Amino acid sequence: MTTRIDTRFAELAKQGRSAFVTFLMAGDPDPATSLEIIKALPKSGADVIEIGMPFTDPMADGPSIQAAGLRALKAGMTLKKTIELVRGFRKDDNATPIVLMGYYNPIYIYGVDKFLTDAKSAGVDGLIIVDLPPEEDDELCLPAMKAGLNFIRLATPTTDDKRLPAVLANTSGFVYYVSITGITGAAAADSPAVSEAVARIKRHTKLPVCVGFGIRTPETARAIASHANGAVVGTALVDALKTSLDAEGRATGKTVNAVAELTAALAQGVKGAQQAAE
Amino acid sequence: MNIAKPNSYRSGPDERGHFGIFGGRFVAETLMPLILDLEKAYTAAKADPAFQAEMNGYLKNYVGRPSPLYYAERLTEHLGGAKIYLKREELNHTGSHKVNNVLGQIMLARRMGKKRIIAETGAGQHGVATATLCARFGLECVVYMGAVDVERQQPNVIRMEMLGAKVMPVQSGTRTLKDAMNEALRDWVTNVHNTFYCIGTVAGPHPYPTLVRDFQSIIGNETRAQMQEIEGRLPDSLVACIGGGSNAMGLFHPFLDDPSVEIFGVEAAGHGLTQLHAASIAGGRPGVLHGNRTYLLMDADGQIQDAHSISAGLDYPGIGPEHSWLHEVGRVNYLSATDDEALAAFQLLSKLEGIIPALEPAHAIAKVMELAPKRPRDHLMVVNLSGRGDKDVPQVGDILRGKSK
Ligand SMILES: Cc1ncc(COP(=O)(O)O)c(C=O)c1O
Repeated sequence: MTTRIDTRFAELAKQGRSAFVTFLMAGDPDPATSLEIIKALPKSGADVIEIGMPFTDPMADGPSIQAAGLRALKAGMTLKKTIELVRGFRKDDNATPIVLMGYYNPIYIYGVDKFLTDAKSAGVDGLIIVDLPPEEDDELCLPAMKAGLNFIRLATPTTDDKRLPAVLANTSGFVYYVSITGITGAAAADSPAVSEAVARIKRHTKLPVCVGFGIRTPETARAIASHANGAVVGTALVDALKTSLDAEGRATGKTVNAVAELTAALAQGVKGAQQAAE
Repeated sequence: MNIAKPNSYRSGPDERGHFGIFGGRFVAETLMPLILDLEKAYTAAKADPAFQAEMNGYLKNYVGRPSPLYYAERLTEHLGGAKIYLKREELNHTGSHKVNNVLGQIMLARRMGKKRIIAETGAGQHGVATATLCARFGLECVVYMGAVDVERQQPNVIRMEMLGAKVMPVQSGTRTLKDAMNEALRDWVTNVHNTFYCIGTVAGPHPYPTLVRDFQSIIGNETRAQMQEIEGRLPDSLVACIGGGSNAMGLFHPFLDDPSVEIFGVEAAGHGLTQLHAASIAGGRPGVLHGNRTYLLMDADGQIQDAHSISAGLDYPGIGPEHSWLHEVGRVNYLSATDDEALAAFQLLSKLEGIIPALEPAHAIAKVMELAPKRPRDHLMVVNLSGRGDKDVPQVGDILRGKSK
């Protein structure tokens, strides 16, 4: 089965360039503005869109993304509305891959089968669930594969060569390499270490490898994209969004543009990079 | 619910850390290799007589074990029913049962060559125990504590600092135990190479619920032997308070396969079960948080809800996974006591027995006040007095003098 993710990475490989992957929280700062922001991303140069599913207790996220989740929840965001957000986006864009990223509990409570059916029909392509390691594949990973959704796994600096095959076994779409041991928003890893890690993962898989955590500037994005099949930026975009809000945390006339402008600048950085040699 | 009764209630978890559907390992990939290492280290330590011998030495001479099993004569006369025994965990060094588990985990951390210890704490008792053993063994110690708890448990914050620990007030979320645990997990993800996470209760990813239970089972094992010696038979009932459930599991586990022993866990009902409370079994349902599947307080969308209890040590929206399973198979009865009931029990025990309990076990005493009068005079009831009330003296003093609500 070929998903939008597979198609997109194949196209990019043909063009000889890496993907620019954006992360923003669904419903941040409110559901309507969030849809406008997501719609603006492909025009600004995003190749793949990750959308966070807000959760009260995001144990692997730093302060910026925690706060984004709480803003969204306060504005009434739910998992159901997150799926609707994707459906809204799909009305005008049937090509850009959408990956939902978050924690397991809201999905477990929604009901795994119902979630997979609803997400697939809304146009979701892949899932990244931070607190589901391969040891818990029965929960969601295997049912997601059956439903035709990519289950994208995080590999980290602690994932050694012995463990990598287990991590990669049921992974599809792409591999998300977390370049540091740490939470989102922490400092970036240096580029030689990333290059080495990507090469190590590529010895175990033919899947594209995208790198995230700590990328904030077009320059770092460019450096990372020259070593990997994609660069992921989250916290920097979430911070740009936050800076545009009013004192009460509500969207202003500048909000959509603030995100779009940073997206465009980062995309320029990524597009300036040569794709990593296969 | 239709669940087959197991042959033994003591054989769990399975090799993947499940008690029925509960438990498991729901953590970020960064932590998985470490959790697998910990499991290996624990399995090896358990089988190593030198580890056991070293631990027993510290339990006796540093912690002060065995803790007495005390017949509470005046409380028994006052309530007019079951003969009530108090398992005196509050007499342990550092003032609660928490030290039993911390000793075990710090010995494991030493075996694993870890030099930096992190912990989360609600009431501060787990933090104090961790700070104490880190001081004893010369380890760096960082304790995460919700900002609200830092306020209401000042004596313990000061104690931890005197012991050389760094107390990190947590400002995120509800600023209580749940957020302290999130923050400790974030620290662990960041410093996984040199850091050991010392979890304070029978919760978290496998193997924590099991190893904490095993380290706390000394409470029940001693109770068994002491009751045999004093009364020549097993107790008829056991009562313990539940935050995450470690003092309760420690008392209960050695008795789970004795069908004659009635077992009661007491959750914190806060302002009442229809209002703000911390009773995950009475008011929650199964979900996934902090590395395990268990009963949790949450809304219809799976978002974790704020817990409330007058007792910082019970103020947690979850419960250990083995308790969730014992609830579903019907082996343990889970009850709850409100803030007001716990305060009344706190005062009753202080005045009748000259023992000021922590607010946590005061919840257990509150249910004893209900259960004991309904039992015959030859009924032997054991309550786990999990900690002493020194830490709560300022808070309860303010309440009794009407300074706060
Ligand atoms: C004295 C005392 N009892 C009980 C508890 C609750 O923990 P657990 O339910 O794990 O025994 C605490 C926690 O801080 C405590 O300090």
